[in-house]
Amino acid sequence: MLSRVAESVFWMNRYIERAENYSRFIDVNHQLSLDLNEEVPNQWLPLVHTTGDYELFAKKYSEPSPVNVIRFMTFDEENPNSIFQCLSKARENARTIRENISTSMWEVLNEFYLYVKDYRKLYMETNGEHGDTLSMGLSDFLSTVRKSCQSFYGCSDATISHDEVWNFSLLGRFLERADKTTRILDMKYFILLPSVHDVGSTLDLLQWLSLLKSASAHEMYNRKYKKIDPTDIAEFLILNDTFPRSIIFCIQEMQEALEKISGLKEGLPRNSAQDATTVYLNKLRSENIKSIFDKGLHEYLDDIQIELNQIGSKIVERFFTN
Amino acid sequence: MFIADYSAKNIYDEMFSNEGFPRKSYDFVKSKMESLGGIELLKRSSSAERALMSLGITFTLYGDGGEQERIMPFDVIPRIVPSEEWISIEKGLKQRILALNLFLNDIYGEQKILKDKIIPWDIIESSTGYLKQCIGLKPPKDIWIHITGTDLVRDGAGAFHVLEDNLRCPSGVSYVLENREVMKRTFPELFEKLNIRQVYDYPYHLRSMLENLTDVQDPVIAVWTPGVYNSAYYEHSFLAQKMGVYLVEGSDLVVENHKVYMKTTKGLRKVDVVYRRIDDTFMDPSSFREDSLLGVKGIFEAYKRGNVALANAPGTGVADDKVIYSYVPKIIKYYLGEEPIIPNVPTYLCSEESDLKFVLENIHNLVVKAANGAGGYGMIIGPKSSKQEQEDFKELIKADPRNYIAQPVLNLSTVPTLISDKIESRHVDLRPFILYGKDIYVMPGGLTRVALRKGSLVVNSSQGGGSKDTWVLG
Repeated sequence: MLSRVAESVFWMNRYIERAENYSRFIDVNHQLSLDLNEEVPNQWLPLVHTTGDYELFAKKYSEPSPVNVIRFMTFDEENPNSIFQCLSKARENARTIRENISTSMWEVLNEFYLYVKDYRKLYMETNGEHGDTLSMGLSDFLSTVRKSCQSFYGCSDATISHDEVWNFSLLGRFLERADKTTRILDMKYFILLPSVHDVGSTLDLLQWLSLLKSASAHEMYNRKYKKIDPTDIAEFLILNDTFPRSIIFCIQEMQEALEKISGLKEGLPRNSAQDATTVYLNKLRSENIKSIFDKGLHEYLDDIQIELNQIGSKIVERFFTN
Repeated sequence: MFIADYSAKNIYDEMFSNEGFPRKSYDFVKSKMESLGGIELLKRSSSAERALMSLGITFTLYGDGGEQERIMPFDVIPRIVPSEEWISIEKGLKQRILALNLFLNDIYGEQKILKDKIIPWDIIESSTGYLKQCIGLKPPKDIWIHITGTDLVRDGAGAFHVLEDNLRCPSGVSYVLENREVMKRTFPELFEKLNIRQVYDYPYHLRSMLENLTDVQDPVIAVWTPGVYNSAYYEHSFLAQKMGVYLVEGSDLVVENHKVYMKTTKGLRKVDVVYRRIDDTFMDPSSFREDSLLGVKGIFEAYKRGNVALANAPGTGVADDKVIYSYVPKIIKYYLGEEPIIPNVPTYLCSEESDLKFVLENIHNLVVKAANGAGGYGMIIGPKSSKQEQEDFKELIKADPRNYIAQPVLNLSTVPTLISDKIESRHVDLRPFILYGKDIYVMPGGLTRVALRKGSLVVNSSQGGGSKDTWVLG
């Protein structure tokens, strides 16, 4: 397949995955804020830290109010990662590779984009500046975003050949997902408890729980562990090799997609993207959660992000530029 | 609203005769529309619009309210061409393409038609579409024009005329196919009852025509687009998708050892046939325009050496120069010894002294067009222009007479068209698409373009025109 097309497929999927994760981040935080009383410190700023866009946010908005954070992450045109921007870019990428995807895939994405665009317009007109941000069926909107992402995945799964285009889709999707899972886990680092005595308190547990929900991992976690415990949660989201949003699962999928793309069967030599992924996967497989906590969870998550970025650059180098 | 109130006087209407009776081919459609009623028709029209929106067949408008995406205006009342008329159109188009192809072979080869003084040499030499680089070229199977979109119009008496030939990168065929899909969903009962000739297999004809250009087994075929910002990008990707071939931009291609390759995730891959949707002179900065950023260095040389086939062949532009157009009846006679089946619109050449005088004196009654203009640009419609505009245009003509032709204002035929909640008459033209491969294939029907503004004769989509589905019956 054309290198340019591979790159567009890769990014189209990253943007969809990003939009899905953002919608969950915002929704969970919104639900959490409804459970908390006013004495609890601001729940919304950590969200901006988590996404890595704090600087841009601080430049544009005076305070991390719910209205501002939601607007920034959902509809802001100047935030390259807002749901609206992700959708616009995903659709633009799809437009440049339409001949490689099915009509039904394109229709799902196009209708999805039109929905977000229309909702945004309504939101900006009636609720953009002030007022009750959390009304206007925000939860419904976020839920529709998630469902549309799911139907995009479902539709691509069922209507395009599982060939190179498909494998580059997986590569983009799982690289983005692994990155977002590290950020979800890291959220706890940015959410400060009122005091150290609150460690293990109801509030602390509530926060860990919402973090699990942010990764859509609540139910699957419950099936494996009996209570909410930070170490167990970290273990589940980093090292569980059957849960589709854990880091190790994502890396496994990437490795498999890379093996297929690289065409070992066709006798082509192994490449650095493939090697880096395999080496890293083996390293993860030898980890245990105790050693991770000994090192410090936040530092460990930083390392994962660096590792993912390096794999990402190797993919770009090997497949997208020539 | 309704069709009973519709009137089309002093004009050839496709649906109604001057006495107000529906033409035979429209019988069923008219009675069906009456039984549906106005409200149902509007409902179906808006559901057709929604379908086009979902499919993303849109263009973007920039205005006060920010960006707005609109669908290409599409009217649900079909335009019908009766089969007996179609038979002669089809013959006429084949005749024309055959003759134009022989003409291209000749003027880039032996130039017999010039030696026999049928066409003056300076007309050819001064055409911007005539590429000296193509002299002596032998395209595969001697075919230059593989894809044509010929614009046809009816005059006041209802007779078809050729308005112009589009031989470089004619566009619009994707709308024909999409419009048809939407119409099938909108009026299934009409399709059940009427024997409407289908068009869905156009991409297969196109693909096999392209395969015919090479002897390579299982050739690699690509549609070459200028990119996503080109106004016809949708069509380029549509055709690549329906044919199951690659869609490439200039930056995806590279020429090595006079062979064309595309850059893939597994390295370079040879390309055998390119359906180019990019103008001749932008194709190769090393042979034509040096400043082309869209082109591929060396592709023309690769083509000359027979290592890649291009459709349409470079150099075809000379045959759709509007001055050369006026010679097509002579061209047909010269190469085929036949009378043209579809006549041209009478044309005045400003390069001829007597014609020039006539045009300058009668500009208020004429349509004047630039010889290489397209998309409704570089033209003036005499009766619809101001005195000042006419004076300004006369200066343009005097400065470069070779570049202008003039034609009488044609009273283009009309078709009933849904305008907000009324049915009104609007002018239309017709662009059938013709493929020249092993045989010549004419798509039954083509793109009917509608001038949506009341009284307007300009149907170009870049000038606010819309389209209709075209039905050839039987």
